[in-house]
Amino acid sequence: MITPNIWVPLELDLGPLAPAHLSEILMGIVLVGLVWLVLAKKVVPAYEKMYAERADAITGGIERAEAAQAKAQEALAEYKAQLAGAREEAASIREDAKNTGAQIIAEMREQATAESNRIIEQSERHINASRQQAMEQLRREVGGLATTLATKIVGESLQDDQRSKATVDRFISELESETESLGQDSWQ
Amino acid sequence: MSVTWLLLPMEAGTSGEGYTSPSVEDFRFEGTFGVDWLNKPLWQAIIAALLVIVLWLLASRRLKVKPSKGQYVGEFIYDFIRNGIARDIIGPEYRRFLPYLLALFSFILINNWFGELFIFMFPTFSNVGYAYGLALTTLVVYIAAGVKKHGRGYLKSALIPAGVPPYLYVLIIPLEFLSKFITQPVTLALRLFANMFAGHLVVLVFVVGGAYLLTYSGNLGYNAAGVISLIFSVAIFALEIFVGALQAYIFTVLSAQYVSASMADDH
Repeated sequence: MITPNIWVPLELDLGPLAPAHLSEILMGIVLVGLVWLVLAKKVVPAYEKMYAERADAITGGIERAEAAQAKAQEALAEYKAQLAGAREEAASIREDAKNTGAQIIAEMREQATAESNRIIEQSERHINASRQQAMEQLRREVGGLATTLATKIVGESLQDDQRSKATVDRFISELESETESLGQDSWQ
Repeated sequence: MSVTWLLLPMEAGTSGEGYTSPSVEDFRFEGTFGVDWLNKPLWQAIIAALLVIVLWLLASRRLKVKPSKGQYVGEFIYDFIRNGIARDIIGPEYRRFLPYLLALFSFILINNWFGELFIFMFPTFSNVGYAYGLALTTLVVYIAAGVKKHGRGYLKSALIPAGVPPYLYVLIIPLEFLSKFITQPVTLALRLFANMFAGHLVVLVFVVGGAYLLTYSGNLGYNAAGVISLIFSVAIFALEIFVGALQAYIFTVLSAQYVSASMADDH
């Protein structure tokens, strides 16, 4: 203990305000410095790293959600576009079908017309041939018939006179020429 | 509660012969191992520093983004200093000062709580030297922060507040010097020391006085008063636990405040 000296007023007795040992001050500094060093090197970086990771996880989550939303929007737009495309396609297919149907009908009609024409022509030709044949046969038969008839008539009258014979000849030739011209006209 | 350890502060040869009220002498300790300065408060300070280091190292091991219960406690204290003090007061540059403020807070807190902890029963900072040491460190830290920020302009920015007319410089500069470099650190140290010293003294009065009255033979009234005194000392202990945390907080907040002021652009 320092005894108070009234002759030296600057020399105060600080009591408990004076540290008992200088080592208190020094050790106070050294120890807090030591703690400071360890916290600065190890503890604070560890915590800050974890906080950064946590912040990253949170903002990362938000970013991921935003990305997913954007993706969904994109998918929706794509789907809508596809739907519109499909609708357009369906319309065009319908149009095509209509056109094709009309074409097919026209073709069929044309074909049918051609066929019917062909059938008509064929039948006409057939009929003509048949008629020709019938005509010729008829002519032959009529000729024969006429001759036979004529022979019958002539046979009786030929005995009468010479004149009747000439009449028959003339008739036959007339008949022949008439048949000839008739046959030519009527077939046309 | 065993009465024997309550009597420990009375060790200075008062065995049975009258009451000695607690005094400054109860804050002086003998050295150990024959070294005068290697006394109980110094051991406490060393143990506290090691304890703080070990606890923080344990708390910062394997930190998870999703905290466990244990991590949550560590994070709560860390956040309290980081966001509640460092970031709020210092601003965007808080990261550099965070380790110091964290060290300051936890070191002071543990040492203060030693005042209420069995075995120790003595707040380290009621020996004024440790408080001086911490205040000096804070002084160096905030001067360094100012010099780093303003370079040669630090003295000017520290001593001349913005908007002071030049004819007042004669008055302002010595006042600001006194405030910035002497009053601030001294009051910082004394506030912590005085709170711890007074708190411990009150605890001693209640516990030592109570124990003395309780064991006083021949007067039942004294003994009853001793019981009440000891019961009331529990409330004082609770108060001291609060004061210990509060003083650790105040010391840290003011240190951050001084750092912030010396880095501020205007004054």
